[in-house]
Amino acid sequence: MKITNLEDLQKVKDAGLASLYPPKPKILVGMATCGLAAGAQQVYDLLRRKAEADAWDGVVEKTGCIGFCYKEPLVDLIWPASPRLTYELMTPKAVESFWEEMNSIRYPEKRLLGRIDVDEMLLDGGPRRLYRRKQLKGFLASVPLYEELDFFKMQRRLAMRNCGFIDPDNLEHYIARGGYAALYQALTAMTPEEVIEQIIASGLRGRGGGGFPTGVKWQSCRKAKGWPKYVLCNADEGDPGAYMDRSLIEGDPHSILEGMLIGGYAIGASEGYIYVRAEYPLAVKTLQNAIFAAREAGFLGENLFGTGFNFDLKINLGGGAFVCGESTALMASIEGHPGEPKAKYVHTVEKGLWGRPSNLNNVETWANVPVIIGKGADWYKSIGTPGSTGTKIFSLVGQVKNVGLVEVPMGVTIKDMVMAIGGGVPGDREFKAVQTGGPSGGCIPKEKWDLPIDFDSLWEAGSIMGSGGMIVMDQSTCMVDVAKYFLDFLMDESCGKCTPCRLGLKRMHAMLEEFSRGQGTLEDLDELTSLAQAVQDASLCALGGSAPNPVLTTLRYFREEYEAHILKKQCPAKVCRDLITFTVNPELCSGCTLCARECPAGAIAGAKKEAHRINPALCIKCGACAEACKFGAIEIC
Amino acid sequence: MSVSFGRMETILERYPPSPEHLVSALQEVQAEFNFIPPEALTAVCNHLGVPVARGWAVATFYKSFSLEPKGEHDVCVCMGTACHVKGATNVYDKLRRDLEIPGSEGTTGDLKFSLNKVRCLGCCSMGPVARVDDEIHGNLNQRKAGQLVKDYRKR
Repeated sequence: MKITNLEDLQKVKDAGLASLYPPKPKILVGMATCGLAAGAQQVYDLLRRKAEADAWDGVVEKTGCIGFCYKEPLVDLIWPASPRLTYELMTPKAVESFWEEMNSIRYPEKRLLGRIDVDEMLLDGGPRRLYRRKQLKGFLASVPLYEELDFFKMQRRLAMRNCGFIDPDNLEHYIARGGYAALYQALTAMTPEEVIEQIIASGLRGRGGGGFPTGVKWQSCRKAKGWPKYVLCNADEGDPGAYMDRSLIEGDPHSILEGMLIGGYAIGASEGYIYVRAEYPLAVKTLQNAIFAAREAGFLGENLFGTGFNFDLKINLGGGAFVCGESTALMASIEGHPGEPKAKYVHTVEKGLWGRPSNLNNVETWANVPVIIGKGADWYKSIGTPGSTGTKIFSLVGQVKNVGLVEVPMGVTIKDMVMAIGGGVPGDREFKAVQTGGPSGGCIPKEKWDLPIDFDSLWEAGSIMGSGGMIVMDQSTCMVDVAKYFLDFLMDESCGKCTPCRLGLKRMHAMLEEFSRGQGTLEDLDELTSLAQAVQDASLCALGGSAPNPVLTTLRYFREEYEAHILKKQCPAKVCRDLITFTVNPELCSGCTLCARECPAGAIAGAKKEAHRINPALCIKCGACAEACKFGAIEIC
Repeated sequence: MSVSFGRMETILERYPPSPEHLVSALQEVQAEFNFIPPEALTAVCNHLGVPVARGWAVATFYKSFSLEPKGEHDVCVCMGTACHVKGATNVYDKLRRDLEIPGSEGTTGDLKFSLNKVRCLGCCSMGPVARVDDEIHGNLNQRKAGQLVKDYRKR
């Protein structure tokens, strides 16, 4: 059905609400890629089979990722007029008992993670309480609320407002939670200039890494001469360690479409492209479904809401090149060229895709646009810090207990992020540093963990916000190895167009390779710094320009680790293979022979029930023995 | 593997003859044949009106294209930062040993497996992660990786 006016939108909304909160029980399974990696498909299939076999009068539905990645697979149970209950680590075996208990005692008690009493419904007239009773009694009252969980306490969900609540393939669900109302408002009650004014006033800055004011970009593109104009979405999320864009697309694709539609209207474009990584097959499929549904409903195509505004979207698949996240390289790739960046004497807002004015924003930026139009710039501005308004999604990963996606107001400190939300480092190890901004960012040490996370503070500390990857590192992470890792990455991904990046990175990598073997001198460290400076200054695009950041920040904050490698021939974190040896502690070894059987090099010998020995001449330092040993008898020194 | 005229025809039919479709068309060729046969590259270029030289430039630039036949199962090990700090290198080396891949990346002699490094699969919470064909396997270690290969050999 085509939606052409507010009445139509209301009708779809009512249908969506009835389907979101039906008068019968509903089970939701989180089925984004991370859920699938944990086995959500089997869980979903099993639940569907059980529902069918028992002729169960309820709904089993999929949803996106709510961010609790370390508790995947997640299953939610919503009885009518009851709080929503979330169950963690739901293996197929756990589903069996879950199903039985659900049918006998209504609310299964095992593996319960938390409950939601009030659905925030950010863009739809306010919160919706899921049950009428004044107070919960007995068992349900003892289940912690989401907002009482460490992981959720400090979160504020604007861009991820629908993730984990709706079926991403269901347009009605999106509309039920206030979707496409902002588009209607913009098209019918605002001029393009007013839309741009709102975005400028909101202080929204590009979430892809650069942090350029979004509204200002839109304004330049609107003023630029040339036709047609294009709006583009950068979904080529190449930063290793960041996956919020994937999660947003897989959980709530229409929020991106709606943002782009509003952007298209404001700029005066009638065509848009979404450039998405081919490595994200589920995200691609979800986008395709969303575009199809939006076209069917009349949100894409001609004469939207009868206002005469036309807009259509195409998907373009990336070919697996990190540099294509750079604006000019991305545009070259859409045009069917190798993704090599161009010098930006003329900005892409004036001459971009096919030489036409083009406005490129990141997935998360687009997803924020409907919120700003729907709730107003002043409301949006009240969240975050004056210089960095709103929220930012971070992927909190690496050596941290609570791994997942978190959306917090800008200005939260690194300490809160790692300790309060992340629950600290697992085991008895200690927090060492956090790496932000992907290969273009840097490592921020523990001494600086009171630093508020916003665009400018991170910049001053030598790192960048980037797309929001936040990789936590502890004592078991070697900073020389991390710097080497990023250079290896960038060397591989350098498009090869300009010399400082193509050759400079190679030389820098070779030097780090030497350090990791315990070679090199302290003078080499100065050489490395000066070379890094040269690469930074002389590279054409941001990939090269920011490539030395991981090296420079590790040198600035962890120089003693470099010196330990060079002077003492030691790797303090015990990572660099050339500087460590594996031995068996005879006191702890029980002689179970497991390590000897796992050793691929045949380097471990020893009789049953007797302490084993590792022959250092044969050992390839793969760590298979340490992984296999149940007694912690393998020591690395 | 021969490049049948019919299979190419079905791919090309879907694309209007315009250079912008080069990357997408090559991606379909890669999916269909598991690599980009030179004759197919020429056919795509001729259809879209792109110089063959540019076709080669594109096919060699992007990581998702292979000019060599790939194995039946495509094993991609994530080398993202989160996976790296959780020991992805050891997992990768284990797979390389088990599959007996001589270089750092490549295909087994029997064309059963291809082993590649990939820069982030976006499942950073489950690291180390590998994708075999379309299935994602999370929280790997060396033992689990060894088992994974055994399981796929049986398929």
